[in-house]
Amino acid sequence: MSLSSLFGSSISRYRQKRSGLQKGSFGIKRFTLLLMLMLVLPSSWAREAAPVAEDPEIERRMIELSEDLRCLVCQNESLAGSRADFANDLRREIREQMKDNKSDKEIVDFLVARYGEFVLYRPPVKPTTMLLWFGPFIFLAAGAVFLIFYLKRRRRRQIEEPALSEKQRQQAEALLKEGKGNNA
Amino acid sequence: MTRFLLPLVAFLVLVAFLLIGLNLNPREVPSPLIGKPAPDFQLQQLHETEKTLTSKDNLGKVWLLNVWASWCVSCREEHPLLVELARSGIVPVYGLNYKDERDLALQWLKQFGDPYTVSIRDPEGRTGIDYGVYGVPETYVIDKNGVIRYKQIGPVTVEALETKILPLVRELQG
Repeated sequence: MSLSSLFGSSISRYRQKRSGLQKGSFGIKRFTLLLMLMLVLPSSWAREAAPVAEDPEIERRMIELSEDLRCLVCQNESLAGSRADFANDLRREIREQMKDNKSDKEIVDFLVARYGEFVLYRPPVKPTTMLLWFGPFIFLAAGAVFLIFYLKRRRRRQIEEPALSEKQRQQAEALLKEGKGNNA
Repeated sequence: MTRFLLPLVAFLVLVAFLLIGLNLNPREVPSPLIGKPAPDFQLQQLHETEKTLTSKDNLGKVWLLNVWASWCVSCREEHPLLVELARSGIVPVYGLNYKDERDLALQWLKQFGDPYTVSIRDPEGRTGIDYGVYGVPETYVIDKNGVIRYKQIGPVTVEALETKILPLVRELQG
């Protein structure tokens, strides 16, 4: 039996009993069962709660810092957002170092020394990351240069090439004359 | 003609980049620890829990540090190779039993064979963090001066052993 049918049937029975109800007799057993299920099920579905931070200030700092750090197990997630066991360990490490009054920079340096700059979502600007940082601007500039050249060439072509050839012009003139003649 | 040539060239360049990107393995993050002294540790041994092993104990010899766990599926893949390597006596293999339970670890070794000269325990993964472990199994080659010379991320394969690990070990043993 699915959960919804279980709940559904007990609710409809509850309604039935109510409609033809003698007071005090509305399916106490069923109601208690429902109540017990409601109490038991959510807690068995839920994961074990992570220990609540002792110090909300450290927790806030830790989350802020770890949002800019990459979880190496699930690489498109931040350390703050990842539920991997590994991320949990690193968050614990960060928390502990914060308790030891380490600065954010010291903690980041600690992680970079072990995991490399790959953990940083904001890599430092240095020769090997130049392309990463400025590549998009190079593409933008290249696109702009291409666009300017293209537009210039198109305009030049429009000026150079007359809209009508000589023959077309004569035909048009003839038509115009004809028109004038008719109007007159 | 150039009207079609230019987009075609651009397209081919794009394809080339995508192909290169697809063939790179994002899991293989180069370790910044290569060429640096192996981080210090003093850890309880897996079998004889009253004994410890420190990173300094192996100074003067080339050794492998293999990070493993009984819950790690890929560890089973590489395990027969490690057993064989240990049997050959070319290089001692030390095990770092990472975030594991002692009973399960011991049972695992009994079942699949124990290639490790000594296994040490890192139940909370703290030494793992010092070594930059993020995906078990990982294997480090550490030289006579206690410097990390190579890190294998993921299972040790025959290819890695033949082309990288063993030549390096021989060179270091020199």
